[in-house]
Amino acid sequence: MANHDWLGLKQELPQRRRLLLTAASFLLPLAIWCVLSYVPWVWHPLMHITDAGSVDYFSTGLDVPRATFFQEVAKAQAAGLDVPKGIRVNPPYLPAPHEVVRAFYTAFKTPPRLQDEPWLHQSLGHSIRTIFLGFFFSSLIGLPLGILSGTYRFFAKLQEPFIEFFRYLPAPAFGALCVAILGIEDAPKIAIIVIGTFFQQVLVIANSVRKVDPALIEAAQTLGASKWKLVSRVVIPASITDVYTDMRILLGWAWTYLIVAEVVGTMSGITLFINQQARYRNFDNVYAAIAMIGIIGLTTDILLAWLGTVLFPWKRRTRAARPWTSAVWSWATDSTTPGILSRPPKPRTVVAVATHPANVAQ
Amino acid sequence: MSPSEIKLPDYRSLAPAVSARFQRIRARPVILSVRDLKKSFGANGSTHVVFDQLSLEIHRREFICAVGPSGCGKSTLARIVAGLDEASGGEILLNGEAVAGPGPDRGMVFQGYTLFPWLTVKRNVMFGLQMSGKAPSTADTEARQWLDMVGLAKFEEAYPHELSGGMKQRVAIARALANNPRILIMDEPFGALDAQTRAQMQNYLLQIWKKVDVTILFITHDLDEAAFLSDRIIVMGVNPGGIREVIENPVPRPRSSAQFISPEFLALKKRLEHHIHPPVEGEPAEKLPMIKLTDAGDEVE
Repeated sequence: MANHDWLGLKQELPQRRRLLLTAASFLLPLAIWCVLSYVPWVWHPLMHITDAGSVDYFSTGLDVPRATFFQEVAKAQAAGLDVPKGIRVNPPYLPAPHEVVRAFYTAFKTPPRLQDEPWLHQSLGHSIRTIFLGFFFSSLIGLPLGILSGTYRFFAKLQEPFIEFFRYLPAPAFGALCVAILGIEDAPKIAIIVIGTFFQQVLVIANSVRKVDPALIEAAQTLGASKWKLVSRVVIPASITDVYTDMRILLGWAWTYLIVAEVVGTMSGITLFINQQARYRNFDNVYAAIAMIGIIGLTTDILLAWLGTVLFPWKRRTRAARPWTSAVWSWATDSTTPGILSRPPKPRTVVAVATHPANVAQ
Repeated sequence: MSPSEIKLPDYRSLAPAVSARFQRIRARPVILSVRDLKKSFGANGSTHVVFDQLSLEIHRREFICAVGPSGCGKSTLARIVAGLDEASGGEILLNGEAVAGPGPDRGMVFQGYTLFPWLTVKRNVMFGLQMSGKAPSTADTEARQWLDMVGLAKFEEAYPHELSGGMKQRVAIARALANNPRILIMDEPFGALDAQTRAQMQNYLLQIWKKVDVTILFITHDLDEAAFLSDRIIVMGVNPGGIREVIENPVPRPRSSAQFISPEFLALKKRLEHHIHPPVEGEPAEKLPMIKLTDAGDEVE
């Protein structure tokens, strides 16, 4: 194994390299952002006026396009007047990394402009609550229905054709209906998340349950298990790790519905915060808020991955209890569990694959 | 000297001790009785009959092996007896009572290790006991005893994925026996094991079988295995499917690997070979029409 190929097909990379690549996957986009922000001759399409000189419509602090600026400079030079001065800057919608990092702190410390507006932590709390409730209600029905559908052909045929149809309907399309039925507060937002998550959930969980090795069920039958005990003692425990992984991925999907959900009715939560900060042109705060969604999602996923190793000891590779750090490690570097890197960017497409007739038929 | 040149006794001639043993077995009550069993696949028109009119009686504590070429339905027979497949006709009687569907009175050991991965070794063995409604403490004690018997007491808290193939199969045997079944059906249980582990497992199985009041129906395609383990061997065939012959194994017990070259063993095996790989008339010699592609000057054969 001495001469490991970085691009070996189907070849497991050594742990050091896996961790290195995990770090690089975050550092590369950051590096591009840094180059765009800190190297003055890369991009920087605007000139920030420091001295208006003789140009009457320039004023200190104004950002003008570079072409306009140099036209005026040329005109002033030709006329022998005072030449305007300025520095190259990026447009305000691309703040530099350090400004966004600072905003992570200042955004929490800055009081809202209007008294009835929420603080950032309140906005975040509101969003998390919406997500949690949406996912909870979806799972409350989706989990049992998925298990039933995966276990019994009867329920699969009874509900899956309709669900297959319904899951193609985009959740935001139900926004107006949800408002009409549920009002303008949190209820319609939760409903949008439920609509976005539930139908995928039933199909994906049913599929995982269906993949339970039939030999295990037969073995249990010859040991005297029947009917409900087969489900509770064999089908559910046999599929629980896969279902747990499904739930982790589905929770990620629920997050993708958050912003659409929060513009339904009265805008609320992190969406409200992002919109207002964008209106005040505090783009550093906007980026910080968007990044926070990612950080919350990622942290939740790592915690759930760790919880998985506690809940399902038979999935551990070694019997020794693993510290939580190694759960993070394995989450980041393990190619067999879905880390965020392997999360599908477009849930709908992926569901189509997961429940493709060829797979379902098995 | 090839085995065919050795003068072998008739495979049907039993030593007095073996003959007396079979008489004692025949005197025992019949545990499993298969009557006119039929199995066919497909519906109207294009049905494929696996076997028809298959009848068989197995006595208490008898060790029956079923051998046959692939496709002869030996696994199907095992699965029908276990209740996992439905017969197209005929009936299965266990202790004189017809059975339908799987039940704890017929234990089964599969080729794929079907241990429950989410349960520890001990809890796997406890599974059947709990299904039959035994108290957890009773089930716990009994499971430990069974693990002791298969020599895995040290591994009771391990998970199946931490065990080797042979150990997994010993747990599966303990799990099936813990239910105290009338008959233990084993469907090519050692087929996935390497040759050495398989020989070891055959020895274990004979030791366990001696200690436990259980009748065994053992499906295998390994003729040595069948000759080594069985009391009687059911030889099944294809086209037409069904039982070709039921052979009383002339090899005396207790069995040991030293018997592999005994005249009885060789005679029995020759008879089995005759059924499983019959000499076909007009079949060309076993030489491939190979064109010589090398001339490296290294011909040694």
